Amino acid sequence: MSAVLRVSALGKRYGELDALRDVSFHADAGELIAVVGPNGAGKTTLLSIIVGIQAPSAGTVDRVTGESSTAGGRGAVSRVGWVPQAPALYSKLSVAENLELFARLEGVADPRAAVARMLEQTGLALRANEPVGRLSGGNRQRVNVALGLIGDPPVLALDEPSASLDPGQRERLWEFVGTRVAAGTTVVFSTHNVSEAQRYADRVLVLAEGRLLFDGAPQALLEQGGEPAGGDLERALVLFLRARAPAASGAHPHPEDMP
Amino acid sequence: MRWLLRKDLLILGRSRLLLALLIVYPVAIALLIGLAISRSPSRPRVAIVDETPPGETVKVGNQRVLVSEYARQLFDKVQAVDVPTRAQAVAKVDSGEVLAAVVIPPDIAARVASDTEAAQLEVLYNGNALEQSLVQSTLNSALAQANLGFSAQIQQAAGSVIGSLLSGGNLGSIGAPENLIGLTQIPPTLGAVIARQPPGHDRTQLERIDAFAGFAAQNLALARRVLSIIGQPIRVNSVLLHGRRTPLNTFAVVVAVSLSLMLVCVLLAAGGVALEREEHALSRLLRGLVTRETLLVEKTLLAAGCAFVIAFAMLAGISAFVALDWSRVGLWLAALAFGAIAFGALGVAIGALAREVRAASLLAFLLSLPLAFLALVPGGSVSGGFYDAIAAISFAFPFKAALQALDAAVNGASPAIGLSLVHLAVLSAVFGALARVGLRSVE
Repeated sequence: MSAVLRVSALGKRYGELDALRDVSFHADAGELIAVVGPNGAGKTTLLSIIVGIQAPSAGTVDRVTGESSTAGGRGAVSRVGWVPQAPALYSKLSVAENLELFARLEGVADPRAAVARMLEQTGLALRANEPVGRLSGGNRQRVNVALGLIGDPPVLALDEPSASLDPGQRERLWEFVGTRVAAGTTVVFSTHNVSEAQRYADRVLVLAEGRLLFDGAPQALLEQGGEPAGGDLERALVLFLRARAPAASGAHPHPEDMP
Repeated sequence: MRWLLRKDLLILGRSRLLLALLIVYPVAIALLIGLAISRSPSRPRVAIVDETPPGETVKVGNQRVLVSEYARQLFDKVQAVDVPTRAQAVAKVDSGEVLAAVVIPPDIAARVASDTEAAQLEVLYNGNALEQSLVQSTLNSALAQANLGFSAQIQQAAGSVIGSLLSGGNLGSIGAPENLIGLTQIPPTLGAVIARQPPGHDRTQLERIDAFAGFAAQNLALARRVLSIIGQPIRVNSVLLHGRRTPLNTFAVVVAVSLSLMLVCVLLAAGGVALEREEHALSRLLRGLVTRETLLVEKTLLAAGCAFVIAFAMLAGISAFVALDWSRVGLWLAALAFGAIAFGALGVAIGALAREVRAASLLAFLLSLPLAFLALVPGGSVSGGFYDAIAAISFAFPFKAALQALDAAVNGASPAIGLSLVHLAVLSAVFGALARVGLRSVE
């Protein structure tokens, strides 16, 4: 399988603080990759560089779209879908208007058809004309994800997508993401909910203090954490971090956590 | 950019309170300004107590000047409330029914006629500092005008007496002989008598009297001329060195329109940029869908466009009350457009620095109102160093330049509109660059 996303020796500095240090990995088409780690590990920083919001201080990010981010530059990377943690929606616009706006900004060939498709896929067709501000948190997050996918990107990055959802809404979200992955979309998501990574991810990246400490299948992380097959991945992660990064138990501040 | 503009217009259209404010505010301001400057200023209510006996006059030579004429001059300047006694006047001032009272004492005529004591009026007033200032200022002006009028009447009477002394005739004063010879008639009459006198002591004495009469006539004539100008020894001749004279009412229009242009534009632009942050949409937009520059230009143009339309509508509305020169409408449009873009740039800079709409709106208000106030401080009203600081601040922000541009466009006032437009263009670039720096950090 060919890599659709290749991250090489990525570094990011905020003044004296190294938010990311020498992070390298790749993602293949149709892979679902979870990025886990303690607060301040650099998860959001990594995703924001992948989608092009921030430029790296060192290293490169190459995407299947031909777009690259290098140190000192910030190429146009609109072909990577982005789902920020807080829903990035215009609350005075309806669901359909939000989708159409971003479809047009993404340069989608047939924006109305794309809107209809996303409404159908997210199950929001009946609420298409409702202002986003009146939707529940779960439905807002569905629109948020739909906006990330409106341009049918080959790579989708989600920053803690289920943080504000109840269990039922989380289930529906992952079902929807699963259909996209099955269709060949590569998904990279960050989460604090390790059980989600265990249930849905093909691979897990463990970040701590800006370093990539682990890159492999959830089962491999269980083994490294000393847990049996089918054991508790969260416990395995804690034990793994204690062994590999004892100082990464939340003691170090990180720009993401700063007010 | 057009999709962003369309989106913002949709959002604006659905923010009914904001939209209503944008329409109602300038209409209300235009109506208030129009009504305020099309009505004459109200005169303060002042109680007048005239304690002089009815028909009391001040006698000058053979003429009498009515004291009531003096009171009439005062009545013209204030909304006079006739009160018979000082005690009643004090009660009215205490109760706030009138802002002040003027008491004309019964001995005013005697004092004017005494030549040794100045006549005195008593002024009683009350109220807060602003009312006191208004009453004092109005009364001082009214008293000065009344004094001037009274003085003119006394000068006229005195001049008439001097004229009679010079040209002779009947002076009209009780006890004065009839058909008196005038001082100017003495030299020719006496000259004929002297010519008939033989040289000697009598002739010499007559020649001395003749010389004195001639000298006295000349100096009395001079005294009459001096008397005619002494009431207003210096007249003011105003010369405007640059530009056209701006009538106060059209300047008030320019100030009102500039203020509305600034408030609408700065608030809309600041709110528009801050809204993108508040809705967390910046990170989605700025990852390659829209450049920061495009976003800032779009917000600036949207705010400037709305404010431009509103400000022009205000000018058109106010022109129903105040005569504005519509042949200069091209210059109005240029001044409004440049001003709106500069205010828009200031607004996006505020919006880029503030992270919430409420913070951006508050910051926009807190910055705009003092800027307008400082730009209107006239030179010479504060100390030199302080005024220089005010001028520097006003120069660094668009309000004063926009005000000057609009004043030049509407009234032809100086400085020339071109300079102000260049100033506004430079400020637009500077604040645009500041906004760009403010958007460097996205989330």
